Amino acid sequence: MKNFYENHNANVHRAVHTLSQEATDLHESARRTIARFINAKDESEIIFVRGTTEAVNLVAYAWGLHNLKKGDEVLLSLMEHHSNIVPWQIISKKNGFTIKYGKVNKDGTLDYMDFESKVSNKTKLVSLSHVSNVSGVINDVKRIGKFAHEHGALMFVDGAQSVPHMPVDVRDLNADFLAFSGHKMLGPTGIGALYGKKHLLETMEPFQGGGEMIKDVTFNPKTERVGIDWNDPPWKFEAGTPNICGSTALMEAIEYLENIGMSKILKYEKMLTEYAVKTMQSCCTKLVLYGTSDHSLKCGIMPFGIIGLSSHDVALFLDNYGIMIRSGFHCAQPLHQIFKLQSSARASFYIYNTREEIDRFAEVLKEIERF
Amino acid sequence: MATVRDYVARIEETCGEDKSAVVTFKYDKKDEAIAKIRNKAQLKNSLSGIIFEFVFQDISFRVFSSGKVVFRGINKEGLHDILTALLL
Repeated sequence: MKNFYENHNANVHRAVHTLSQEATDLHESARRTIARFINAKDESEIIFVRGTTEAVNLVAYAWGLHNLKKGDEVLLSLMEHHSNIVPWQIISKKNGFTIKYGKVNKDGTLDYMDFESKVSNKTKLVSLSHVSNVSGVINDVKRIGKFAHEHGALMFVDGAQSVPHMPVDVRDLNADFLAFSGHKMLGPTGIGALYGKKHLLETMEPFQGGGEMIKDVTFNPKTERVGIDWNDPPWKFEAGTPNICGSTALMEAIEYLENIGMSKILKYEKMLTEYAVKTMQSCCTKLVLYGTSDHSLKCGIMPFGIIGLSSHDVALFLDNYGIMIRSGFHCAQPLHQIFKLQSSARASFYIYNTREEIDRFAEVLKEIERF
Repeated sequence: MATVRDYVARIEETCGEDKSAVVTFKYDKKDEAIAKIRNKAQLKNSLSGIIFEFVFQDISFRVFSSGKVVFRGINKEGLHDILTALLL
C-alpha cells in the first residue's frame, strides 16, 4: 500500500499518463488474481466492492429489484449474517416477494431436509453462507446449489468466512454469485469482490451511476435528453473512482495465501481449533462451547461462554492481556435465538496464530473463572 | 464546570446484551474516573486488578482497568444519571 501511494498513485481507466497506466495495470492485475484464486472462468466476472455487505446489496438491487416480483421466493437460512438478510428484506418490501428461512439445528448445522423442502419452482434465488460467522459450520453449498438449479433458482454464496480459510472454486460449486471481503484475508478494509456468472452480469442493471460504468453519455439537442450506454461488466458495476490501493493490496494478500496454499491453511486452522477445544476443556470448568463438536464440519471459529459472565466481560478481561475476541451477536441474531443465547464470545483462528497463543488464551480464561 | 463528557470518550450499546452499555473513558481521564468510582461505589468483587464489580444506588456494574465500564439493564437516562453521580 505504501509502494502504491508513493509510486503509482493515480486514477484508473481515465488518463494516458504513466501513473494512470501503472495504476490501471495493478488494478486489473488484481482482478485477474482474484479470478484465478476462486477459479472464475473470466476476469470480467469479478467486480470490486467494499466488502461482502456491498456485494449482497449490489445483487439485491441490480438483480433482485428487477427480477423478483410478488409470488417469487428467496430462500435464506437462519444462520445468515444480517448482511445476507437485510438487503433482501429491503427489496422484498419494495417488490412484494417472499423470503423463506431454512432452519438450523441446535448444534448450529444446517437442517438440509428443511432447507431443501423450502425450495420450489417459486424460488428464484437461494442465498447461503458457505461458513457460519458464528459457529464456523461449513455448509454444503455445492449440494444446495445443485438443488436450487434443478428448481430453476440462482445460487448466491456468502464466502466471507470461507474464501479466506479454504480452497474455493466457483466453477466446482457452480455458484451464480459469490462474495468475500479483503479484510478477513490479510487484506485491507474497504475492498472485497463479487463474482457473478458473465451471462447474469451482462443482463443485470447497474448498481450505482457515475463515471466508469458508462460507455457514452450523449446530449440530444433536439429532444434535450441525455442518452446513456452502459459499460460492459465488470465496469458497469463500478461507478466512480475505485479503491485502487485496496485492490492492489488484496492482490498481494491473495498471492501470499496462495504461496502457503489454501488446503494447508484449512488443515492448520482445523488443528488449532481442535487444540483450542482440548486445551480449554482440560483447564476450564465453567466453559460452555456452542455449536457442533464435530470439527470435521467446522472452520477455525469457536463460539463459547463462561458461566456467570457476559460475553463482553470475557472479551474485556482478555483484552487486558492483548487477546482480542468478538463478543455479542456477531451480526447474526437469529442464530443466537436458536442457541437461546443473549450473546456469545467468539475466538477465531488464522494462519498467524500458534498453539502457544492458545495455551495463553486458556490460562487467562481459567483466571477469569475465579471472578 | 466539569461534565460527564470530560471523562467519557463514547458510550456504545452492547450487541446482544439487552439494554446494556459499554462506557469508554477518555484515555487521559480513565484513572481519575476509576478513582472517583472507587470512592463513591461499593466494591463487591475484583480479580487480578483488571475487573471490579461495584454497586452504586442499587445498580451493579463492572469496571475494567482498561477504562471501560459495562452497565446492564439500564436505559439512556438512567445511565446518564449514574455517570453524573459517580463522576461529578
